[in-house]
Amino acid sequence: MPENVTLTINGQTVTVPAGTTILKAAESVNIHIPTLCNHPDQAVKANCRMCVVEIEGQRLLQSACSFPVAEGMVVRTNTPHLIHIRRNILDLIYSHHPLECLTCQRNGSCELQNVAAELNMGRDLEYAVESRNMPKDTSSPSIVRDPNKCIVCCRCVTACNDVQRVRALAKENRGYKTVVVPPYGKKLADTVCVNCGQCVQACPVGALTIHDDTSRIYEAYDSGKILAIQVAPSVRTTIAEALGEDVGTVSTFRLVTALKQLGFHYVFDSDFSADLTIMEEGSELLHRIKTGGVLPMFTSCCPAWVKFCETFYPKELPHLSSAKSPQQMFGPVIKTYFAEKNGIDPANIFSVSVMPCTAKKFECQRPEFNSSGYRDVDCSITVQELGRMIRAAGIDFASLPETPFDNPFGLGSGAGEIFAATGGVMEAALRTVYEVYTGKTLEALEFHSVRGLDGIKEAVIDLDGTEVKVAVVHSLGKTREFMDRFQAGEFRDYAFVEFMACPGGCIGGGGNPIRTWDKVKTRTESVYKQDSEQLPVRKSHEQEGIKLIYKEYLGEPLSERSEHLLHTSYISRADIIRS
Amino acid sequence: MKENLVLLRNRDKQNMSDAAEYIATGGYKGLARALEMSGWDIIQELKAAGLRGRGGAGFPSWLKLKFAYDAVGDTKYIVCNADEGEPGTNKDRVLMLSDPHSLLEGMAIAGRAIGANRGYIYLRAEYPYVLPVLKQAIDSAKKHNWLGDDIQGSGFSFDISIRLGAGAYVCGEETALFESIEGRRGEPRLRPPYPANQGLFGKPTCLNNVETLANMSHILREGAEWYNTLGVEGSRGTKLFTVSGNVNNRGVYEFDMGINLKELIYDFCGGISDGHKLLAVQTGGASGAIINPDQIDFNLDIDHAAPGGGRLGCGTIFVVDDTNCVLDIVRNNMAFFCSESCGKCVPCREGTRRIFLLIDKICSGKGTVRDLKNIVDLANTIKIAAFCGLGHSSAVPVLSAIENFPDEFNSHLDGDYCACCARLERSVILDA
Repeated sequence: MPENVTLTINGQTVTVPAGTTILKAAESVNIHIPTLCNHPDQAVKANCRMCVVEIEGQRLLQSACSFPVAEGMVVRTNTPHLIHIRRNILDLIYSHHPLECLTCQRNGSCELQNVAAELNMGRDLEYAVESRNMPKDTSSPSIVRDPNKCIVCCRCVTACNDVQRVRALAKENRGYKTVVVPPYGKKLADTVCVNCGQCVQACPVGALTIHDDTSRIYEAYDSGKILAIQVAPSVRTTIAEALGEDVGTVSTFRLVTALKQLGFHYVFDSDFSADLTIMEEGSELLHRIKTGGVLPMFTSCCPAWVKFCETFYPKELPHLSSAKSPQQMFGPVIKTYFAEKNGIDPANIFSVSVMPCTAKKFECQRPEFNSSGYRDVDCSITVQELGRMIRAAGIDFASLPETPFDNPFGLGSGAGEIFAATGGVMEAALRTVYEVYTGKTLEALEFHSVRGLDGIKEAVIDLDGTEVKVAVVHSLGKTREFMDRFQAGEFRDYAFVEFMACPGGCIGGGGNPIRTWDKVKTRTESVYKQDSEQLPVRKSHEQEGIKLIYKEYLGEPLSERSEHLLHTSYISRADIIRS
Repeated sequence: MKENLVLLRNRDKQNMSDAAEYIATGGYKGLARALEMSGWDIIQELKAAGLRGRGGAGFPSWLKLKFAYDAVGDTKYIVCNADEGEPGTNKDRVLMLSDPHSLLEGMAIAGRAIGANRGYIYLRAEYPYVLPVLKQAIDSAKKHNWLGDDIQGSGFSFDISIRLGAGAYVCGEETALFESIEGRRGEPRLRPPYPANQGLFGKPTCLNNVETLANMSHILREGAEWYNTLGVEGSRGTKLFTVSGNVNNRGVYEFDMGINLKELIYDFCGGISDGHKLLAVQTGGASGAIINPDQIDFNLDIDHAAPGGGRLGCGTIFVVDDTNCVLDIVRNNMAFFCSESCGKCVPCREGTRRIFLLIDKICSGKGTVRDLKNIVDLANTIKIAAFCGLGHSSAVPVLSAIENFPDEFNSHLDGDYCACCARLERSVILDA
């Protein structure tokens, strides 16, 4: 087979490597072919048939997304006949898709709208819309399913079954009754769904959207509550993107200004509570190593991973660190330490978090998270929701001045910030564990072996003579692979394993603006740049707020008060699978 | 007009699932001969015989085997498509019940040809009573060492497993059938890769219809020269026909390729029942053309496409008399495709539904010229843009009916009273 093939597309000669699809070949010479089910990060599906093209000598049209080029092939992508066929296909999609654009969360970011605009569909409907008449599934605190809007492209099925390997969604029925649903007619909340939101990221339309909690914040504001909000490490890297700025634009202090303008009385940095997590989790790791506790220890800051472990691998729960996630550490700290220090009645505080994550909505509702005596975190919103709040308030985000985070917690460390990317928790923990364990100052702060986008990363860390094996896993598909190998006896001599449910870590989380893998890479670079260039403190135990809270309130890591406020326990959810 | 029984030569015999009975009629001589031949020679023999696929498309069988023969890989599979989902088609059932060993022998010969040691029979879910017959035949063939390890001391091993379908029409599509055998939802796969290189379980696979495989056993036994005395140029051998509908003699018959359709209906099958007149004939199953009485005088062979779109297909002849209405036949047809579309691609999933609803509207006397135009437009879209053959062919009956019965369609548009469609207002198939 020759390495390159030459073909003709719309009269233009194109030379591309053998095996290239017609779609990619056309893109290489700036010929655009409309697509709908095609997703740059997923395997080719070719089920929407929007990208069909004519190939000379073939009676049938072929889908450009799937069909490989051949030497001498003559392709046409834009004849009036093809445009007519594509418009017919759109008419057919319309005939089963409620035309509710005005009330749809994806209005303006809908791929079906985009294709419709491309194909000049501003005309009368050809066929009446036949609704599936299925109820909206709002059972999940994180994800809303509206099966009536589903165009059965099955990108969510790929995300859930092949990428995440959770298998909470599948096709049911045949013919025009085909629909994507959780198995056995269950509601999403009653399934193995771990709320990671990767299906929402994959959906081209409004069939899978984020459960919107913004109205609860407006209500709390109106009822005179004191609004406190914590901002997750990755949010400062994606909020500007959600508001139309370049991918990877960091807007930490503009974001604080925007939140103040939205009416939040206190704006705190979750990098701080990430630092707090490092203090507790790192101390727990050292304690386990010293006392012969259960090893390897698994991180517990990702709520989707935690539910995944509780559901599919309940036997391994003793490996999970008892340390709460940064969100759930900050909750009780605000309603106890901060409230006492500032003479505020904790009952009057409405504690909000803004997260890259849909699973955080589930996490903050877990019944056990009331160690402050109140609901530790009242409401968790995603970057997408915050973007909409900022837009609704008429705030011109791009031109905002900068405001620092509120005290006493201040600005978190670089170690806390890199929690946003896969490998970040591991690296942050190693920076602190090294210094506590060896009593020496760590010179090279970057642990490059745990960075990067490989699914499972393994490294041996030298703690001044003591070698410690660690691993970093991201995406639940890779997590399942790791756990199956772990249960088969591998990785038993490892000390510490980081798990993140979403591909790329939190920066690829389900609550972010709709993403592609390329965007995740750009965002990740921004995260590491903040650590290395912008943040004055780069180790958790050196952050001022951390020193202060241990001095004034907690005493030391793993103290009785720390255990009460900052640690938790887990339950087996294996019965979800059995039922 | 006389039947020529080759495939059905044992149809009046008892206990044909017993290998001993089959051997007594000359059975397994074809395989015995194949065991002494190289794979390549077997393929050449089938080429000389001119055998072509009996599933409907008529692809040269030797070429299909050659693709799998050429494919690189230690593990290869022979798959028998016994899904026979085409409405009004029963020939494979009759063949499997009357002479199961001819199928098994054919599969072993095909396996020998491409170097496969394992075959799968994908049996239609609605044929549960065929299952014990096939099982018994396989057991009996193993006992006589015509299946299993080291067949007749030749060093060649071949085993056959049966997989039951679950009632989906689309699983007659080659790659959807593989998906189903592998335990997944029956949906067609992308091509390329083609099954000859990556088929069942990702291995080189050759899939054939029951009738095609059975033919191989006879060709190997009697030789290519003999086979060339049957049928007509380009379409050698005999063909099984399933005749159903409003004719006097319904059933499965075997004739030489190339018989005349009109003679088949009026001579052999005794014409239209109860003195009614012929209204229409659909050849080749639900996905075949619907033709009018003036178009039935043509010869049934693989390459012959008669005016109006009449073709041999898989040999199904569905006869409709004038107590019926063509629109109702088309409506019923579209209801079938609507519920049997696998739901994977937009044109077939949504298009069959839209066409069904438009036809239904016309049947109820509310149709407009625009509706008819839309039906043609959508059908032409599905025909070239759908993902797989099911979608492509679902447009054939509706398009051919509109072309071959223009008056019937136009009269419905004018709101004229159609006794037949009015009677069917009660429609049991409305919620297709």
